[in-house]
Amino acid sequence: MLTSPGWPEVRETFFNWGVFRESFPEVLGGFWLDVKLFLIVEAAVLAVGLGLAVLRTSRAPAFFPLRLLTVVYVDLFRGIPTILLVFLVGFGIPALRLSGLPTDPVVLGGIALGLSYSAYVTEVYRAGIRSVHRGQRDAALAIGLTDAQALRHVILPQAIRRVAPPLLNDFVALQKDVALISILGPLEAFRYAQIIEGETFNFTPLIAAALLYLAVTVPLARVVDRIGGPEGVVR
Amino acid sequence: MSASGKPVLEVRDVTKAFGERQVLRGIDLTVREHEAVALIGASGSGKSTLLRCIDLLEEIDDGDVFLDGEVITDPAVDPVGVRRRLGLVFQAYNLFPHMTALENVVLGERRAHGASRAEAEEQGRALLARFGLAGREDDRPDNLSGGQQQRVAIARAFAGRPRALLLDEVTSALDPELVGEVLAAVRDLKQEGMTMVIATHEMSFAREVADQVAFLHEGRILEQGPPAQVLEAPQQDETRRFLSRLLEAGRA
Repeated sequence: MLTSPGWPEVRETFFNWGVFRESFPEVLGGFWLDVKLFLIVEAAVLAVGLGLAVLRTSRAPAFFPLRLLTVVYVDLFRGIPTILLVFLVGFGIPALRLSGLPTDPVVLGGIALGLSYSAYVTEVYRAGIRSVHRGQRDAALAIGLTDAQALRHVILPQAIRRVAPPLLNDFVALQKDVALISILGPLEAFRYAQIIEGETFNFTPLIAAALLYLAVTVPLARVVDRIGGPEGVVR
Repeated sequence: MSASGKPVLEVRDVTKAFGERQVLRGIDLTVREHEAVALIGASGSGKSTLLRCIDLLEEIDDGDVFLDGEVITDPAVDPVGVRRRLGLVFQAYNLFPHMTALENVVLGERRAHGASRAEAEEQGRALLARFGLAGREDDRPDNLSGGQQQRVAIARAFAGRPRALLLDEVTSALDPELVGEVLAAVRDLKQEGMTMVIATHEMSFAREVADQVAFLHEGRILEQGPPAQVLEAPQQDETRRFLSRLLEAGRA
């Protein structure tokens, strides 16, 4: 790569130290928005996904309509590309001009990401719940627990432990996809980088943004390894 | 023993099918207070299904089951309340792997019977000690042998002071050298006067502990009586055939 004919030019436009130093503070400032949004959306996704998965795996006949709704929810929001959801929610909701609905692009972008990721996470939780042997539920009922208590004390603790690695994997994906809200205009890291790039005709700010994402996603990946057990750790 | 004791469990003409497969074809069984009834019969004869039906883990198709004279198989009866009065021990232990031995034993006491933590733990420790598990309270099932796990499971089922204990082939998953310690725990409960239904392949144990032996064949009780009668002088061809097969396999 370093000996390629285009390298000097690439170095100048992508790895320009001067531009990097100048643009970094602004990109970093935007990155806090990414981190904040990521944390809020992730918390919501974990809670909503768990609720939907519990509904979807419940056996009570009374929950049948709700179960059906969760199937529709998951099919719908998992089936639409995330970037399209960001567009549809980000531009569609304000266009309705209904009072009471949020118009802040950050909030709308967060909602779109939440819809998309909660659909994925529901399926991850569901796989975990289904992986717990039915003998566990039998044993919980046999000692006199209710269905809800069996779920709370016996099934979910085991299910969540098992799906922690894939859940964290979705964490990492969401952390990156937060950049998608830039298409709605909020000044987050990627958006700042693009603006500076447009002004200077230099791509180095994008490299700065990439490094910031890596600074979060790489440590997260190591946490995933740790939780996945010793076989997941690179030695 | 006490054929005069009052009935704790009464099973009346119970049938159960899984899809096309008729597993129970009209079971009648009475288990009196302090009595141990051994269910014997080949795999697939319906022993486990019968126990699961009594504990309301399976819904029966027809018939009735009574606990202390009250029907429990009526759809209007809350199954949770019934299960709190019964104990079931599974062939594969089914301990909760994310909990310690002590936590396994106290979970039901705390959540189903509303005991305080201190109360439940004190009782749990005493129970574990009684079954030879003092010092293993904080071990997870993973770190226990099969025999130890099954004794934890027995303590767990017994913790709620059930009216009757249902034991579903509790030694079948164990290595032969671990069978004895689990049977000792059951013997201990029998001496205390626990009412029990014991599905088992251990004929010598059935002979020793059971007051009644019931031979199940294809979903029916073909023969029932004191162990000396059913195991030593069986009246039915099927019973004789079953017992001689066990004898050949060196299990009787």
